[in-house]
Amino acid sequence: MTRFKLEKKYKAVVIGGSAGSFQGMVKILESIKPDFPLPIITCLHRLKHVRHGFVEALSLKSNKKIIEPYDKESIKPGIVYIAPSNYHMSVELGNTISLSTEEMVNNSRPAIDITLCSSAHVYREKLVGILLSGANKDGGLGMKCISEKGGITVVQDPKDCVIDTMPKAALSMTNIDHVLKLDQIIDFLNELHAVCKN
Amino acid sequence: MIKDLDISDLRTITEVIKKTHSYDFTNYAMSSLKRRIVRVLENYKISVETLISRLQNQEGFIEEFLTEITVNVTEMFRDPSFWLALKKEVIPSILVNHENFKIWHAGCSSGEEVYSMAILLKEMGILDKVTLFASDIDPVILDRAKKGEYPLKNMELNEKNYIRFDGATSLKDYYTEKDGKAIMDKSLAQAVTFKKHDLVNGPAFTKVDLILCRNVMIYFNQKLQNDVLNKFHSSLFKYGYLAIGSKESLIWCDIVKKFILVNNEEKVYRKIKD
Ligand SMILES: C[S@@+](CC[C@H](N)C(=O)[O-])C[C@H]1O[C@@H](n2cnc3c(N)ncnc32)[C@H](O)[C@@H]1O
Repeated sequence: MTRFKLEKKYKAVVIGGSAGSFQGMVKILESIKPDFPLPIITCLHRLKHVRHGFVEALSLKSNKKIIEPYDKESIKPGIVYIAPSNYHMSVELGNTISLSTEEMVNNSRPAIDITLCSSAHVYREKLVGILLSGANKDGGLGMKCISEKGGITVVQDPKDCVIDTMPKAALSMTNIDHVLKLDQIIDFLNELHAVCKN
Repeated sequence: MIKDLDISDLRTITEVIKKTHSYDFTNYAMSSLKRRIVRVLENYKISVETLISRLQNQEGFIEEFLTEITVNVTEMFRDPSFWLALKKEVIPSILVNHENFKIWHAGCSSGEEVYSMAILLKEMGILDKVTLFASDIDPVILDRAKKGEYPLKNMELNEKNYIRFDGATSLKDYYTEKDGKAIMDKSLAQAVTFKKHDLVNGPAFTKVDLILCRNVMIYFNQKLQNDVLNKFHSSLFKYGYLAIGSKESLIWCDIVKKFILVNNEEKVYRKIKD
């Protein structure tokens, strides 16, 4: 069970995805075990005016606690945080979430770069960053931030993506540690679970 | 976000501002403040040292800086379901006891929220019964609010929100088009007093029946949110209402005990104790 040679140091997982990532995200959330030991901080591009239904749809097959956090909500292990529609979501020192209505970044709010970069600043080398399928370049800079701070970076294999623009952009912008198919990403998270528990 | 800014740089900058000027950003939420300052460094193509020296020595720079770092993004009838709750629940409840009442928009930005309120009140037939105050820390954005002129291209989204709010007519009835701009009817803002006011360091505000402070406190840390909530408590008449953004929460503030949450979905609080 040490395929990815993961260390125990990790404190959080951050995931970004856009067009074509929803089903993958559902599968990830359904596959990881309820007692997953790290917080999972997620930014998926989504429709602006649909405030409801997103978390419900993600929760259908998952036994994890999935929430759209309030501003300044504290970050706890095992909980899945989803960026709310029309807000950027950042991680704040002191382990809380901050929301913001700043200008769109890469035509998106929430923007993946913002969630990823702010997480990288707080968790540094203790962060796992995962980027899934998507149709624009959002997330590339975020993965770069994670890599520069010494965190570990994973992108979904472009061949495995519904739309491969996003992982390809990340691959061209920075050093990515692992390029994995969705099933392998799930193996990766299970290994992370085993290594980081208690 | 090419440049990176250390927490220590950020602290130095906020300390310099606090010492040299009347503004205190030390308790703003770090993540967004940092992005805003990095944006200034990039736009002006300057180093942290240059920024600090301009903040200390360059006449008028602090005003420019203030405009750059505040987040002014706003819409008319933002979160239409909130505006529906105002129309159906909150305002009727105020009207039970007061024919005339006062509203304060704290952090009104370019004024879209204020014009939305005026339109709502007009459609309820009570615009002339209500006194409105609109304040913001940034004088530049406040001037824009006073003017009430918006790019026409923004009106599409505003109109969509207005339709979701179930408005009585069309937003077009409240503005005229000129040179690519929507010019809001002057009659809407007649009862509005625009005022520069800083929620952090400013004096107490007059007492009102309803405060809207939406998407402003998200830029503050929890300590500052708590301080500002105390100020709102003293600026509200007993049984007055406070509306915050739908993704904000005050449960970690001590003084929240003196409020009840009357609409959880839209985050409307009511003061129940002095
Ligand atoms: C995102 S806008 C909110 C606009 C509107 N209320 C809405 O929800 O659409 C935030 C505003 O808060 C203002 N602001 C920030 N700090 C402030 C302070 N200390 N006192 C008063 N206003 C402040 C900013 O200048 C900005 O215009």
